[in-house]
Amino acid sequence: MTWETVIGLEVHMQLRTRSKMFCGCSTAFGDPPNTNVCPVCLGLPGALPVPNAEAVRLGARAALALGCALHHASVFARKNYFYPDLPKGYQISQFDRPLATGGVVHFESAERGRVAVEIQRLHLEEDAGKSLHDRVPGRTAVDLNRAGVPLAEIVSGPDLRSPAEARAYLVALRQILLYTGASDCSMEEGSLRVDANLSIRRAGDPALGTKTEVKNMNSFANVERALEAERERQVALAEAGKPVRQVTLLFDAAMGAVRPTRSKEGSHDYRYFPDPDLPPLVLTAEWERAQRDALPELPEARRERFVTAHGLSPYHAGVMASERPLADYFEAVVAAGADARAAANWIAGDVMTGYNTSGTLAVQPARLAALIALERDGIVSLQAARRVFGELAGSGESPRMIAERLGLIQVKDADALGGWVDEVLAAHPDELARYRAGETKLLGFFVGQVMKRSAGKADPKGVQPVLKERLG
Amino acid sequence: MSAADSAREAAAALERCDALGLNATLHWSAELLDAQAAAVDRRAAAGEVLPLAGVPVAIKDNIVTADAPTTCASRILEGYTSPYEATAVTRLRDAGALIAAKTNLDEFAMGSSTEHSAFGRVQHPLDAARVPGGSSGGSAALVAAGAVPAALGSETGGSVRQPASFCGVVGVKPGYGRVSRYGLVAFGSSLDCVSVFGRTVEDAGRVLRAISGPDPLDSTSLAAPPITPGPAPADLRGVRIGLPREYFPADLDPAIRTALDRVAGAVRALGGTVEDVSLPHTRYAVPTYYIIAPAEASANLARFDGVRYGLRRIGPEGDVRSLYRATRGEGFGPEVRRRVLVGTYVLSAGYYDAYYRKAQRVRSLIAHDFAEVFASGVDLLLTPTTPTTAFRAGERTEDPVAMYLADIFVSAVNLAGLPAISIPAGRSAGLPIGAQLIAPAMGDERMIEVAAALERMVSAVAEVR
Repeated sequence: MTWETVIGLEVHMQLRTRSKMFCGCSTAFGDPPNTNVCPVCLGLPGALPVPNAEAVRLGARAALALGCALHHASVFARKNYFYPDLPKGYQISQFDRPLATGGVVHFESAERGRVAVEIQRLHLEEDAGKSLHDRVPGRTAVDLNRAGVPLAEIVSGPDLRSPAEARAYLVALRQILLYTGASDCSMEEGSLRVDANLSIRRAGDPALGTKTEVKNMNSFANVERALEAERERQVALAEAGKPVRQVTLLFDAAMGAVRPTRSKEGSHDYRYFPDPDLPPLVLTAEWERAQRDALPELPEARRERFVTAHGLSPYHAGVMASERPLADYFEAVVAAGADARAAANWIAGDVMTGYNTSGTLAVQPARLAALIALERDGIVSLQAARRVFGELAGSGESPRMIAERLGLIQVKDADALGGWVDEVLAAHPDELARYRAGETKLLGFFVGQVMKRSAGKADPKGVQPVLKERLG
Repeated sequence: MSAADSAREAAAALERCDALGLNATLHWSAELLDAQAAAVDRRAAAGEVLPLAGVPVAIKDNIVTADAPTTCASRILEGYTSPYEATAVTRLRDAGALIAAKTNLDEFAMGSSTEHSAFGRVQHPLDAARVPGGSSGGSAALVAAGAVPAALGSETGGSVRQPASFCGVVGVKPGYGRVSRYGLVAFGSSLDCVSVFGRTVEDAGRVLRAISGPDPLDSTSLAAPPITPGPAPADLRGVRIGLPREYFPADLDPAIRTALDRVAGAVRALGGTVEDVSLPHTRYAVPTYYIIAPAEASANLARFDGVRYGLRRIGPEGDVRSLYRATRGEGFGPEVRRRVLVGTYVLSAGYYDAYYRKAQRVRSLIAHDFAEVFASGVDLLLTPTTPTTAFRAGERTEDPVAMYLADIFVSAVNLAGLPAISIPAGRSAGLPIGAQLIAPAMGDERMIEVAAALERMVSAVAEVR
């Protein structure tokens, strides 16, 4: 029996604002507990929420980047439930009238090629606080620094067919969101959280099976692992003829397994109703236009342009467009005169290595372009260029000056080359004899020896003719 | 008179009220009054212009103040002091007023008699056996007893106008959004209004002017300037007053009918005209109110959970659910529990459409009734404020519906968000009768001016018939 997996994801993204959704408190991560709080986010009697315009702007920006229709009137609602880290006894969210609906995200699936995932909705809400179960022995402590932090919840359609697709979708989604600057999208700091719904059905069956919800996944890799574990669990149940029950499961990364939560699910009635403290959120067409105009070129469009306008391979175009700073950097290097493919090679290699470790692009684009030109013109070898690159970041010297200082300028002068060649031939009489006996593949050996003897300075293109002449 | 003198007088008057057993105050102190007065006198001496310099104003105890507890007359908030102040209170202080006392109320403003206070009922100043009305009964009683010239109350469904009528003082409910709700402990947020009692229309108007105007801390506050009524007009020529027939049922207390006839006569005597009008959905106001207000209250009161402030009781099981059960079960009185239960029910899955959604639809019909009448050219509506005069304590506590019907003429105004005022219009068997004027949206000023003109023509204390 083959089973098809059906997955939909709910992504909570923290909007990158300085203050909270409905009050002026800081959203800083990692401050001492209960220091970024005020009457509003503590839910003190009489306090009232005031929407954060910047959070609305960032939410709208993300929605537009995801191709959603932005609703010019949306409504904040109260989601009622009791929990110690929920100060008001309700969360302000959006329910039947969200900020935006009906978008799409494309990604490349290993199994199915280009896949379109529907974005069913994007709505704004406030975060709850944090219950700390390990801080005070035998008690639960509550930290309300997070309470009221602005979130956008992005709900996908049930359009993903494997845990790997779920991960690939998340990568594509995160790329877009990072491009908009709406969020830091850091799972470690909790600014991106993923809940997944998964069900299985017999291949070809149009109806959806009973879904379960999987939570507590702290990386994209763990989303994939958790969903694999849950898929296996459901398949095993189905094969044994047992029903899948609608439950919420937590992923245990150490065990690589999912386990049900203890809370009684299905008994929740959140009694949503429009929050009377907040008039409908009204946006004008003019405002929407301004947000749309302010959107950057998005990853997919940029990737395509890198292929068509710059002649990059799809792979390199994907790497260059994966993050906005990287793509901007690539374009700046090209604008400074570098060949696009050479620039992409450099960026995908040495530049990326530095970027991934330090998070910065330390070499100015014009300086990288100058280095690429040195290598293109044969003034330094590729190996030498890589050594020069290593010195570029912390220095004010030009690539050429560095190459000169390190003695890396290639020697083309026939006399100098001839000297090195003579020394090499004298040092390797056996190989010389074998070459002369017909073992011509030893030419490469001699070139290598010349390069070594010249400490990399010999121009390899110049060495060969000199060698052939002597070996004659 | 200096603020210091005014503070001493107020303290003496509050002392007398407490000695009489009115039970109108929950917290006040002569020291606090003196300290405020000294500060006001210093500011006045420094040349600051203070429109309410030294005027003692009492504050209903569901409006937060930072220098005295705010309990909402509930055990669940016993001993709680807010770290911040309500916008209305801050503005009173800015204007030089003295915060004289925090006044007793029905717990969380839920009631029409101020009998549902965890700290005992308030007595009617004219008859200890009767109620002052509610829920702002403490504020009404203090003004009626002459302890303060003005007081803040709050309205969700008539909680200022109704006690003003019972106690024979002026009660003004401004249009929704004209006074900030920031710091008013929420009951029914879409209905709640900080409202004002005054000995006279002018006193109430002065306080209203000080506290009204936009507030960036309240998203529902209107971007309109402070309510600034002019003086009472010399006549009412050109003013059209509508008498909605639904507010004059056949079984209306004859004394109240006569009192209202006298007010209508005063309108005519001043050159205004009086005409019959109709607000056909009036009879749905009370049931609609008793769905919407409890629904909002059920969420608004969820924050009183024993976790962060106020009463905390840990139940026998020792877990968080038993904390909620014990704290809320013990902390809330029976009327509050009743409304939280009703509100939770009407918002529940499967009942939402039948109750809450339908109530919202009826609410817009009620608002539409008013809009139509005002669009027809009527300037103000004149009605009785209450169907009876102050009733006896204990008379309605066992019958919630009878209690709710005390608000039959006041709750539609809250549903429509309109301004309205109750002014004294004579007495029946020694008990005050109130006449209500209802204005269109943004008609607060005109309404107050007309009320001031009528106040001069209609005796507040004369026996009717």
